[in-house]
Amino acid sequence: MDVIFDNFSLYRDGFLQTLRICALAVIGSLILGTVIAGFRVSPVPPLRWVGTSWVNVFRNCPLTVVLFFCAFGLPEIGVNGAYFWFGITGLVLYTSAFVCEAIRSGINSVPPGQAEAARAVGLTFGQSLSTVVLPQALRTVVPPLGSVLIAMIKNSAIVGAFGVGGDLFAVGDTLTSARGEAALPVLIGVVLGYLLITIPAGVLLGWLERKVAIAR
Amino acid sequence: MTASDTAPLMIRMEAVDKHFGQLHVLKDVNLQVPKGQVVVVLGPSGSGKSTLCRAINRLEPIDSGVIEIDGKPLPAEGKELARLRAEVGMVFQSFNLFAHKTIAENVLLAPVKVRKQPVAEARKTAMELLERVGIANQAQKYPAQLSGGQQQRAAIARALAMRPKVMLFDEPTSALDPEMVQEVLDVMTTLASEGMTMLVVTHEMGFARKAANRVIFMSDGEIVEDSAPDEFFTAPKSGRAKDFLGKILTH
Repeated sequence: MDVIFDNFSLYRDGFLQTLRICALAVIGSLILGTVIAGFRVSPVPPLRWVGTSWVNVFRNCPLTVVLFFCAFGLPEIGVNGAYFWFGITGLVLYTSAFVCEAIRSGINSVPPGQAEAARAVGLTFGQSLSTVVLPQALRTVVPPLGSVLIAMIKNSAIVGAFGVGGDLFAVGDTLTSARGEAALPVLIGVVLGYLLITIPAGVLLGWLERKVAIAR
Repeated sequence: MTASDTAPLMIRMEAVDKHFGQLHVLKDVNLQVPKGQVVVVLGPSGSGKSTLCRAINRLEPIDSGVIEIDGKPLPAEGKELARLRAEVGMVFQSFNLFAHKTIAENVLLAPVKVRKQPVAEARKTAMELLERVGIANQAQKYPAQLSGGQQQRAAIARALAMRPKVMLFDEPTSALDPEMVQEVLDVMTTLASEGMTMLVVTHEMGFARKAANRVIFMSDGEIVEDSAPDEFFTAPKSGRAKDFLGKILTH
């Protein structure tokens, strides 16, 4: 296990890079997923159509393919930027479809009378969604959303392989392939790094679930 | 009945049709409600009376026909419709108070969000309205902590907070325990006596006799009778109304 301690700074940088990718992708996919969920329940048919297509495309494509499109397809149509941002974009697009569906299931769990009453007092669709429906959807949304986000943290390993580099998984790759270290201890270090993110994330989600549950 | 014969129209429905799939729920409905009038809509279940009520603020869109509120046709979905709904109070059978907000917050939400009133001012008005419906002491509780009758009175206060031109009641007492019906009807009767234009879908015959200017009887999606309450209860013209009254007035 000396390999972990000998390369501690490499592991630490990889951990921080993974954390950075995840934090940005969580924020991006939560915002985008919520907007798309809003589209899917909107009274305007074209918006519903966009929302449904969005989910159908990104939920049904392998993440690797989405990332290929972002990293190699976007530059071909003239979009230039760092691989880091292409990777984040791919992960956000892919995850937003799952976030959307988790939020939509929460929206559907709110009795329709709540939205009717909100509309009846003159709230617009957006106001009714943001002040009446989504706050009540939150309590049922937290567990499925947690699963989606934890899956996303793990998917960040694939993002690292698309020229982004420097993340936890890439660290493992560097140590085993380039430096010829034994795979087992190296990978244990990588696993510990991921658990250091996902387990606290799970604890945080559990706490959040209890908190929104009593907010009635 | 009242001066309402010459008053301008608050609600006008002309040739309104609506289907739920194969079911023809509203058949060529024509209805005119002048300002200040209290109209009670009666009829067997499935007769379309709730749909009629909900069509007036477009909670149910109609297939064809015209609906006007205070001389303006109902706009399609969007900001215009939201503005119109703000002027039409609605009270539901199942109260539909916002479950995650206190009673006071329920009442002040729309004035703050829609009318952009300052919170302090909206809170003051909300407390006055809750006082008026007799539940000011429940203001800080959540809906689930109140009895059905109290929740429905809160829902009436919530609708009144927008100073609506007209109030729609969709079976406001049907989900209540019997001992709580009267407290809600008392609030509605007071409202009626203050000159509010009201359209009330109900099974409360006592309220219809006492507070209504006019009774509409619906059956199978049609308006079958449209008369003064006394006339309707003592001398119904149609067979369907006689049959309906025979069933509900014998017990």
